[in-house]
Amino acid sequence: METTELQKIASQVRRDIVRMVSAVNSGHPGGSLGCTDFLTLLYFDVMKHDAKNFTMDGTGQDLFFLSNGHISPVWYSVLARSGYFPVSELSTFRKLSSRLQGHPSTDKKLPGVRMASGSLGQGLSVAVGAAQVKKLNNDASYVYCLHGDGELQEGQIWEAAMYAAANKVDNLIATIDFNGRQIDGDVENVLSLGNLHQKWQAFGWIVLEMDGHNMTDMKNTLLKAQSLSGEGKPVVIIMKTEMGQGVDYMMGSHKWHGVAPNAEQLADALNQLEETLGDY
Amino acid sequence: MEVEILGNKDTRSGFGEGLAELGRTNENVVALCADLTGSLKMDAFQKENPERFFQVGIAEANMMGLAAGMTIGGKIPFTGTFANFSTGRVYDQIRQSIAYSQKNVKICASHAGLTLGEDGATHQILEDIGMMKMLPNMTVVVPADFNQTKQATIAIAAHQGPVYLRFGRPVMPIFVKPDAKFTIGKADVLQEGTDVTIIACGHMVWKSIEAAKALKEKGISVELINMHTIKPLDEEAVLKSLTKTGCVVTAEEHMMHGGLGDSVAQVLARKFPAPQEFVAVNDTFGESGTPMELMTKYGIDTQNVVDAALKALSRKKA
Repeated sequence: METTELQKIASQVRRDIVRMVSAVNSGHPGGSLGCTDFLTLLYFDVMKHDAKNFTMDGTGQDLFFLSNGHISPVWYSVLARSGYFPVSELSTFRKLSSRLQGHPSTDKKLPGVRMASGSLGQGLSVAVGAAQVKKLNNDASYVYCLHGDGELQEGQIWEAAMYAAANKVDNLIATIDFNGRQIDGDVENVLSLGNLHQKWQAFGWIVLEMDGHNMTDMKNTLLKAQSLSGEGKPVVIIMKTEMGQGVDYMMGSHKWHGVAPNAEQLADALNQLEETLGDY
Repeated sequence: MEVEILGNKDTRSGFGEGLAELGRTNENVVALCADLTGSLKMDAFQKENPERFFQVGIAEANMMGLAAGMTIGGKIPFTGTFANFSTGRVYDQIRQSIAYSQKNVKICASHAGLTLGEDGATHQILEDIGMMKMLPNMTVVVPADFNQTKQATIAIAAHQGPVYLRFGRPVMPIFVKPDAKFTIGKADVLQEGTDVTIIACGHMVWKSIEAAKALKEKGISVELINMHTIKPLDEEAVLKSLTKTGCVVTAEEHMMHGGLGDSVAQVLARKFPAPQEFVAVNDTFGESGTPMELMTKYGIDTQNVVDAALKALSRKKA
């Protein structure tokens, strides 16, 4: 897909995000806006998947796991916009009996979601397990997963990282949303990750980096990650992003991690984001 | 109905044999172990199915996540480690990635309770049944002997949904017939009686068999139920028996709060109020010792079941 087309979709996804969280005065816009370009590219251009015929097993399909489940608004919007469920359902986000729970879940059978997430640090293990079964089933598809940078403070991530490398899980492409911010402030100040690139390398992973707001760079990096698969090592991409990307007053701060814009702030945000595909 | 001793073996070996048989009969069964393959008796499965056995090292949280992920694509993962590391250590992983996500994972937990013995309280989990039964979607199975553990292991593979299977370390008498049919959620009535009902699970079923013999010598007729499935509880079996006997003893190698006794008490409170006595560990950690010494010291031995039955009977008469 052309970059301009992807950017149009991303603009609509960003509108969906701010409208969803504002409508219920809760949810996580910051990280959602920061990962919008990546998830748009992944679902509309890179992944092999069938939105109309979702199955839990995903045989013959690429799989995606969102480990940092709090950025559910961006995932729900991308899933809906790519055809997993009606776009109109975005209006039910976080409301009673909705399939769009505050954090993603499987119990209400929302197409596109294969694993609950929200309690951080669990998604890498799940993705590694799913990737190993792909190999066992001779299913030559990729498994993708996304993690927050703050999430890497959870110990289970490093258990999974060690295991994936030791077991040569090389059909797995993990991405880190490296925005440098978490609820209490900058990651560097809350609990520094140290040299993240070297950490993953030392754990036996192939480490790539990309600009999470440059479609061309991301496309090239993801294709490179695919080309590096099958060589005995898992791949991780450290993706530089800006929390709140696309809404000027949200950018450059951790304060919009989990705060919804009020009506006035929403209008300001929507003024900055072109409506390209029609609001839900 | 006389209970016959068929031999002596540990329940964990029943798990190992059941898993090995599953390896031969169900190609979707995979097994994961956190550095306790020998203790869990998973060697046979590992040897016969190396491509379906996953050694995860000492990383139980990762093991639970891996197992959840392995269900996607149709596998039936069996995780193996001690009960303590199968539950308390990984409660949130089980809660979110397995129970809430409705994943078809079988959490197989050995060395449960006091009878782990000399390793002491760090390893003697007595809260696991409570933790697991509180999770929505979770089935909790506590088989009584070697044969039943083997049968239960095979049965849970055919059950769709998360299961917690609890078994133990010590060699204990075998009394379940090798060809007995195991049905999840269907209690075994080992002996019919009219004066008092004893409902037990796990190793305490054997202790209760001994207690029933002692009570018989006192002229007391015991109805003995092996409640191998804690959740879903066979309420019908409880009510049917209590209607006859009017009082009950529950016996378990678990904390009094949150175990089998609690589940039975809820049935009685809601549907058939009757005297109940609890043979269980009462709000304390264990310690080092031999399994049988510990059962005596912490009040879950044969004599405790006998005393509890007499007390339940006296409360009924009063």
